[in-house]
Amino acid sequence: MKKIALLIVPLLLLAAAPARSDMQAVKDGLYDTAGIDLYGFVEVRGGLRSQDDDYANDPSLAEARLQLDLSRDFGWGIFRAKGDLLADAVVDQVSGRMRDLNLLFTPLANVDMKIGRQVLTWGTGDLLFINDLFAKDWQSFFIGRDDEYLKAPSNAVKSSIFFDMVNIDLVYIPIFEGSKHIRGKRLSYWNSLLGRRAGEDFIFNLEERNSAGRDSEYAIRLSRYISSTELALYGYHGFWQTPEGMSMPDIKLRYPRLTAFGASLRAPVLDGIGNIETGYYHSGQSDSGRDPLTRNSEYRLLLGYEQEVGHELTAGLQYYLEWMMDYDDYKERLAPGSPAKDEYRSVVTLRLTKLLMSQTLTLSMFAYYSPTDKDCYIKPKVQYKLSDQWLIEGGGNIFIGSDNHTFFGQFEDNTNAYAAVRWSF
Amino acid sequence: MPKQSLFILLLLTALLSGPALAAPPLDEIIRRANHVSYYNGDDGRSEVSMTITDSQGRIRNRLFTILRKDVEDGGNQFFFVYFKRPSDVRKTTFLVHKNMERDDDRWMYLPDLDLVKRIAASDKRTSFVGSDYFYEDVSGRNINADHHELTAEDDTYYVIKNTPKKPDDVEFSSYTVWIDKNNFMPMKAEYTDKNGEVYRTMEVLAMETIQGHPTVTKSRISDLATGSNTVTEFRNIKYNIDLDRNIFSERYLRRPPREARQ
Repeated sequence: MKKIALLIVPLLLLAAAPARSDMQAVKDGLYDTAGIDLYGFVEVRGGLRSQDDDYANDPSLAEARLQLDLSRDFGWGIFRAKGDLLADAVVDQVSGRMRDLNLLFTPLANVDMKIGRQVLTWGTGDLLFINDLFAKDWQSFFIGRDDEYLKAPSNAVKSSIFFDMVNIDLVYIPIFEGSKHIRGKRLSYWNSLLGRRAGEDFIFNLEERNSAGRDSEYAIRLSRYISSTELALYGYHGFWQTPEGMSMPDIKLRYPRLTAFGASLRAPVLDGIGNIETGYYHSGQSDSGRDPLTRNSEYRLLLGYEQEVGHELTAGLQYYLEWMMDYDDYKERLAPGSPAKDEYRSVVTLRLTKLLMSQTLTLSMFAYYSPTDKDCYIKPKVQYKLSDQWLIEGGGNIFIGSDNHTFFGQFEDNTNAYAAVRWSF
Repeated sequence: MPKQSLFILLLLTALLSGPALAAPPLDEIIRRANHVSYYNGDDGRSEVSMTITDSQGRIRNRLFTILRKDVEDGGNQFFFVYFKRPSDVRKTTFLVHKNMERDDDRWMYLPDLDLVKRIAASDKRTSFVGSDYFYEDVSGRNINADHHELTAEDDTYYVIKNTPKKPDDVEFSSYTVWIDKNNFMPMKAEYTDKNGEVYRTMEVLAMETIQGHPTVTKSRISDLATGSNTVTEFRNIKYNIDLDRNIFSERYLRRPPREARQ
């Protein structure tokens, strides 16, 4: 009953929304009196697993959300505060979370600075990330929240310096937070310690990474255009974004140290856009593959191409490769009975997007398929804009795998379908 | 000045100012019509509001600021678009490098994802932000893409029929434009489909002279096949505002310039 009550308030708000044409008056008033721009939305979203999961609840999603986005343009800079109030009936809690709380300004003619909580992205991949080592929220992605929520915010200082020859972006994150990974609270997953799938019955503890100075992240990008070809070099020093290590004997998940270097190129090719990106991940605590509890260093490669293939129809293809270094050491030291990863893991993705009815109806599909892991993850989605304010959406997250321990295969029992209604103001 | 040159100059002057005031050559009409539509001044800024009305009378609105800078007069151009409404696309920015000799380069920045996306779309005859305007209506169709033919002429208009050189690349079989003789502004256009039926029209609904340049302040494109139409109004138009070339780069996609935010 408490769960239902959680949803009632936002639902009422949503139902009352059509009567809220005075929202524009509120927004205009706020702008005229305080110079503040206000935007936002109210949303109700629900999802169900398509099959029983022994380790997780049937509903994958049942929530109401209010997002408020306030910004003030001072001329010399822009202050932005954007946050969500979420009533989540699956975990039975109401929580607030800031996505943006930052100041963007130009201290020197060729320097932009953004200080505070912010979402960070770079790199050329489409839902595959090599040099974008900023925080992600895979759980939101897998249960069918809006794509916006795949990007998790960071408390960071970002400075961008622009020269004729090259642009330099520098990011400093004083305290590492890491990506929101799957650890059994909401989605079941492969537990290597138990040698089976697990969920709420076994939730790992995490080794803390919260000391300023020692647990900081640093990222750099150098980029430039040569005609319409975009070139970039990247560097990162920090931690694996997901806990790719374990500390013993206290059995805690650990975020091992990571240093990465990479490069990318993106340019018009034939009738579309092509991109190539590569990176080397140096896993500092893996002891060159001799520590079996820490993920080894690896080399990553991505090739992509996107083209309009029909009227309002776009197709994108990507090939992605992870190549584990020191593979022999890994195999030698692997705990007996544990399923071994392959030396090479490859993934192919396909994106199809079709717009219909004056772009009010969007049909889209994004599919990951790994020939080496023999698993796949398919995300179909239908989105319809009833008006400039109202949007309805439905979709699925389909996981298929022949093994229980592979990256997408482990989530097989979490396959779900979801639907949402959103009113924007 | 040698006598011969002087003679030629006098002859030319006589010819050009002669009582017949002969129609300028077709190429010149096309060039000037293109110029007055898309190349007024060296750069410019305008606030644009689009009202899209579908066949059932449902209305959608788009509000954005557009900045333009010419790289060469009559040639390559840069466009920067900053969206203000509807709220689901607020603060989205859109950058176009219009190229005469190859496909345009297009970028979009999605602020909620902090994502600069390069747009692969090569078809310029697709809807601009869900309206009845095509990308090509906003940034101009390459005048070399069509064969032009002066089919009629009266006191007010040159009537020019345009036939695509690559018919498979476009949805029309031809379009006819009524160009005002006074200022070379295309005042009306009718697009004809493969069956010879008019299925799409453009009309100029209001004009003003701004800083000496004839300028459209209100126009409408109607899709007769779907029954939908879009009225576009341009406000606070200014030319020659000395826009910095750097505005038309990735830096300002992420941090829209003051000229766009105002």
